[in-house]
Amino acid sequence: MTTLIEQLVDIAPDSPLGRAIKTRADVLRLSEAAHDAVLVPRDPGGLSHGLRAALAARMCRHVGNDALVKHYESYLAHSAELDVAALAEVDGASGDARQDAMARHADLLTQNPRNATRNDIAALKAAGVSEADIVRLAELAAFVSYQLRVVAGLKLLRDVAVP
Amino acid sequence: MSEPVHRFTAKIPTWSPYVTPVELATATAEQLAAMKVTPSNKGISPYVLTLAHDPESLEVRSPLFNLIMYGRDGLPSAERELGAVGASIVNRCVYCTAVHASRFLGLTKREDVIDKIFADEREARLEPRLQALFDFSAKLSTTPIEATRDDAKRLGEAGLSALEQLDLVLSASIFGWANRLMHTLGEPVA
Repeated sequence: MTTLIEQLVDIAPDSPLGRAIKTRADVLRLSEAAHDAVLVPRDPGGLSHGLRAALAARMCRHVGNDALVKHYESYLAHSAELDVAALAEVDGASGDARQDAMARHADLLTQNPRNATRNDIAALKAAGVSEADIVRLAELAAFVSYQLRVVAGLKLLRDVAVP
Repeated sequence: MSEPVHRFTAKIPTWSPYVTPVELATATAEQLAAMKVTPSNKGISPYVLTLAHDPESLEVRSPLFNLIMYGRDGLPSAERELGAVGASIVNRCVYCTAVHASRFLGLTKREDVIDKIFADEREARLEPRLQALFDFSAKLSTTPIEATRDDAKRLGEAGLSALEQLDLVLSASIFGWANRLMHTLGEPVA
């Protein structure tokens, strides 16, 4: 079974990089499991599956990965949660204070995590985001940043590989 | 009285969370399993107790992290640590930088390399192989992602095999994840 990352990068299996990926098959398999754990967890807490998909699409827009935007938008459409759909756009807001605070925090974690401080967590709490949801949101944003980099890095290696 | 640490250091600080960690006494069975709590393993760090708020993610991320950083063959351990440092410098995760700079030092004794990175950060000038590794991991960590085909080409020119190059992508990327937890959910204090 091919994982999402492999589908997005499309590397010839018999190339040196393809063989390297086969050697690290467990990493790809666990990366896929991590995707499911942050996108469609059994216990989503205060971040519904639709909200997670919308925020993931938003993060991928920030980094400019159209294929991943499309991927997460298909999850969003599947969730049929119309109220969070606007959050998938980079400047989108839902009008719900808690969700909009989470979207702003997702922007910070995606674009400029080095600037995050204690005050950003205080702002989430003030907007009514629970402590468990603060951790869930961080895991979601952190995973998407990981995935975007694995995909970008593999594409670069693929493009310069000597056959 | 401990104070937040804002400067890069190889002396590992204490990590202090901004959110209340899960308490072992009241943790659910799923949280205990994700934290790998067993009768012989009850010394769980505040970081892991904080991440236990999301046990489904923690359960997967821990083995993924260990495979990427400590898996067999491929990129030497010290160079995976350098990839971790490159990402952590960009994301300014002082705690992650301290842990992984100290592991790099333990494996290589190359204090000159870490001194240069702490002094000059992304401008640090290193020997060719380490430079190619460090620059690629740093440029893969920025937003937007700055790494280019030329940066990738330099990895091959520096002698990295396909598996070593893949391991570098993975070790830098997993710190895109780890830094966003460690640096944003708490702070290093000493």
